[in-house]
Amino acid sequence: MAAAAAGAGAGAWAAQEKQFPPALLSFFIYNPRFGPREGEEENKILFYHPNEVEKNEKIRNVGLCEAIVQFTRTFSPSKPAKSLHTQKNRQFFNEPEENFWMVMVVRNPIIEKQSKDGKPIVEYQEEELLDKVYSSVLQQCYSMYKLFNGTFLKAMEDGGVKLLKERLEKFFHRYLQTLHLQSCDLLDIFGGISFFPLDKMTYLKIQSFINRMEESLNIVKYTAFLYNDQLIWSGLEQDDMRILYKYLTTSLFPRHIEPELAGRDSPIRAEMPGNLQHYGRFLTGPLNLNDPEAKCRFPKIFVNTDDTYEELHLIVYKAMSAAVCFMIDASIQLTLDFCRRLDSIVGPQLTVLASDICEQFNINKRISGSEKEPQFKFIYFNHMNLAEKSTIHMRKTPSVSLTSVHPDLMKILGDINSDFTRADEDEEIIVKAMSDYWVVGKKSDQRELYVILNQKNANLIEVNEEVKKLCATQFNNIFFLD
Amino acid sequence: MGEEDYYLELCERPVQFEKANPVNCVFFDEANKQVFAVRSGGATGVVVKGPDDRNPISFRMDDKGEVKCIKFSLENKILAVQRTSKTVDFCNFIPDNSQLEYTQECKTKNANILGFCWTSSTEIVFITDQGIEFYQVLPEKRSLKLLKSHNINVNWYMYCPESAVILLSTTVLENVLQPFYFRAGTMSKLPKFEIELPAAPKSTKLSLSERDIAMATIYGQLYVLFLRHHSRTSNSTGAEVVLYHLPREGACKKMHILKLNRTGKFALNVVDNLVVVHHQDTETSVIFDIKLRGEFDGTVTFHHPVLPARSIQPYQIPMAGPAAVTSQSPVPCKLYSSSWIVFQPDIIISASQGYLWNLQVKLQPIVNLLPDKGRLMDFLLQRKECKMVILSVCSQMLSESDRATLPVIATVFDKLNHEYKKYLDAEQSYVMAVEAGQSRSNPPLKRPTRTQAVVDQSDMYTHVLSAFAENKEMPHKFVIAVLMEYIRSLNQFQITVQHYLHELVIKTLVQHNRFYMLHQFLQYHVLSDSKPLACLLLSLESFYPPAHQLSLDMLKRLSTANDEIVEVLLSKHQVLAALRFIRGIGGHDNISARKFLDAAKQTEDNMLFYTIFRFFEQRNQRLRGNPNFTPGEHCEEHVAFFKQVFGDQALMRPTTF
Repeated sequence: MAAAAAGAGAGAWAAQEKQFPPALLSFFIYNPRFGPREGEEENKILFYHPNEVEKNEKIRNVGLCEAIVQFTRTFSPSKPAKSLHTQKNRQFFNEPEENFWMVMVVRNPIIEKQSKDGKPIVEYQEEELLDKVYSSVLQQCYSMYKLFNGTFLKAMEDGGVKLLKERLEKFFHRYLQTLHLQSCDLLDIFGGISFFPLDKMTYLKIQSFINRMEESLNIVKYTAFLYNDQLIWSGLEQDDMRILYKYLTTSLFPRHIEPELAGRDSPIRAEMPGNLQHYGRFLTGPLNLNDPEAKCRFPKIFVNTDDTYEELHLIVYKAMSAAVCFMIDASIQLTLDFCRRLDSIVGPQLTVLASDICEQFNINKRISGSEKEPQFKFIYFNHMNLAEKSTIHMRKTPSVSLTSVHPDLMKILGDINSDFTRADEDEEIIVKAMSDYWVVGKKSDQRELYVILNQKNANLIEVNEEVKKLCATQFNNIFFLD
Repeated sequence: MGEEDYYLELCERPVQFEKANPVNCVFFDEANKQVFAVRSGGATGVVVKGPDDRNPISFRMDDKGEVKCIKFSLENKILAVQRTSKTVDFCNFIPDNSQLEYTQECKTKNANILGFCWTSSTEIVFITDQGIEFYQVLPEKRSLKLLKSHNINVNWYMYCPESAVILLSTTVLENVLQPFYFRAGTMSKLPKFEIELPAAPKSTKLSLSERDIAMATIYGQLYVLFLRHHSRTSNSTGAEVVLYHLPREGACKKMHILKLNRTGKFALNVVDNLVVVHHQDTETSVIFDIKLRGEFDGTVTFHHPVLPARSIQPYQIPMAGPAAVTSQSPVPCKLYSSSWIVFQPDIIISASQGYLWNLQVKLQPIVNLLPDKGRLMDFLLQRKECKMVILSVCSQMLSESDRATLPVIATVFDKLNHEYKKYLDAEQSYVMAVEAGQSRSNPPLKRPTRTQAVVDQSDMYTHVLSAFAENKEMPHKFVIAVLMEYIRSLNQFQITVQHYLHELVIKTLVQHNRFYMLHQFLQYHVLSDSKPLACLLLSLESFYPPAHQLSLDMLKRLSTANDEIVEVLLSKHQVLAALRFIRGIGGHDNISARKFLDAAKQTEDNMLFYTIFRFFEQRNQRLRGNPNFTPGEHCEEHVAFFKQVFGDQALMRPTTF
């Protein structure tokens, strides 16, 4: 993929300049304990991308990382190196489980200029990449792996290195293709969850629905409820929900959007006599319930890996914009009968509920009125509940997350975030960017707010007033210091 | 059949009177519910007993012939005795009034008096075979004054004292009924109506029998109940009770049909707004509730018995003697005896045994006889003594052994809260009307009565939910689901949820470490903001750090808890944040400098202390024109500390203009 990156770079043409975005050079996982002796180094390597790389080079690269980590540990025993900056690329290190290291090497963005004699001059932009963004991406890689495969250690226990290698290969082979390193930004650091705004009564109705479903499908262990790709309820703990949410919103849901838009795949079904017509369908599991040969295979996920270590079937069922995830202990065999029963119980009720939510949401929008299009571009994040809100990002598609602002501004946001991370105190940073833009970052307790303002000739005081206004309208119901 | 199976019973303390026999005649007055035992035409004594009377009234009167009817006026003021078919005799029971009898003959020539009814303490109606005569009795003059009369052929009559309506049977088939309504000296004729008799062969003349008609007030409305022994529709056999609604104004209308699905001899009672139908052949009774949903065919609603037929609970008669001897074993009473006479609404008299009972409904046994919990609640909510039974049903449906499903629980909660909300609304509009000064309006405003069917949050909390949530055996998922369902139901009826319910939810979640769930509930404001809740959250911070933020947010939204916010921030050593907050809401001129300086000093951050100190110096300057602290502020210690760390010259100088 690294080789193809140059071609894939959709750089904008500007005055004979060619830009190449950051790209994944290599990605590997190793455990130094597996080949401590000379000549056995290859055993350390559990996964290496790209696989075509010659064996000795793999060993050399792994060895280099090992050395860097060892060397830097001398200076900071508790916090080993997180990244290594070089002119051409940046390496990120992560040790998610003891002695298991994940390394991601990202090539810095490139600007290719034509020199006077027509020869291309390649310029690496060493300072463009934000450590925190890509470290977070690397951590996410692990979390996503763990969600579908469990821990490295568990694989070792179940089937030794061989099994672990198989799992890593199977998972990362596909997963790495979905990393879109050119469009990673502040939101990857947060890894937040967008919550669907809802009035109390509708929320309680959803609660009631979930409790009833869990009761009538008595094998359900956890349930999550989403509307419009935004979370409303999670029975899972926060960390597990965070990664599941990421999977649902960036992978599973987008894959099903297109057939929905095309109007296929979502027929009103009324085959079952006496049943309400409904729009429910499985996003995971059987496609056609009438096909007696249909397979009831659901993805398995692993949660609470720190203590109870549970393996679960993940059933995702959707009606219109409402999606429910039912999680069932993996030891239970799921049958076609069960799927049909679920469909007949959940389908009609979820259909009604989905239209209720839609209606209520529209009413609330009309009442509040002011919620039209916010004039402000902002990103809000609360570390406590992982709530995230962005008016900068357009709808996420499977390939890229579109932002409506210039990448340079996004980088400023990332820089401010890095500053916030360094201090515990509440802070406020105001940056005057180029071309009339002001960027304001505020941190109050566990909350962060980033605002981008574009006002001609505005001064510091006016910018401050604008942000105050925004806080008063958007965040008046939380304790957010001015 | 276990005792828990009977849902009808005779009252424990019946009115006891001397048995009817050739020398002792027994009369019952439906208006005063009194039993008259007249011995030898009154010569050897008349004993009058009512249900509430501790002391029976006894007196003697001359035997002037066979007594046909004997009744006191309301409040026992005047006694009326009918001995002939033309006259009624009166005797005053008012102190200081003459007790000499006086007599009134009916006005209509050649008419026979069928009977009479008192409509007040001094107003009486004679019913003759040719019409009715309405009189006022003038006890001091010992005479009567005719107020109004009406001529009409009468076969028989019926009186409903609660609604003061007399029903006259007219025409050959006796099935055209003419109601009259009496109130304060006036007599009004209501529209007559016809009772539909069953289709019968032409040869046999079927007429309407007095025995098959009853009048009773059900849910505040007057109904004429007609016991039709054969259904008009040929496809269904079995008798039925037809209910005609008799409104104060407008025409009488057939409304309900109660299907008995059996034939034979029946008797009717009305108890607690339920129609009780006794069946002599099977010695069982069934009950009907016209408020429960039935099958509506466009004009009338068909009802089936609420419960399976059951006998009245067996009754033991204590051995009666001059001095009731306790050692003697009680004798079982013969129920459904042919000597029973039934009166409306709830009276059963056994003249041969000398007892008058009130019929009663027992609610507790019904709980197990009516499996449909929604219908059970509909039924219970209409009963007078329902609260404890309802609460026990709620506890039962949440118990491990008898656990109901969530949809059923939700239905029950919704029914309870519907009733609760109705009361709250009535109460609120009453309060608003009073505040608006309509208290002197006419008719005077009545405060809505709180019936037992109003089961509020505190009832549910005390008798059902708190014990349920504390039951360790109960899966916490179910506990939370039930509590949320109750909160959902309250919200659906727009009833403000009390904080103790929220606390119960929080306690349960905390006990099971479901902090993330709690967090989500708070995020969607399902648990309403309150100071107690915010404090509870603060106390959870050590188990769940985000509780701190949740608590602060809540205090902020309350907007009456600014002092608390400052305290919370200071306790966290967030002195600057506290100061910025109080300045943000414009309260910084009134805060205690000492409190903030103390907190700043505790942080051992000298720069912070400097900042805070300088802020107050500036405040002093602004407010008093001098940066120094006044002795009343007790900041000497901090001034000294400031000087020690930063030197005297760092103190702010008074600005002079």
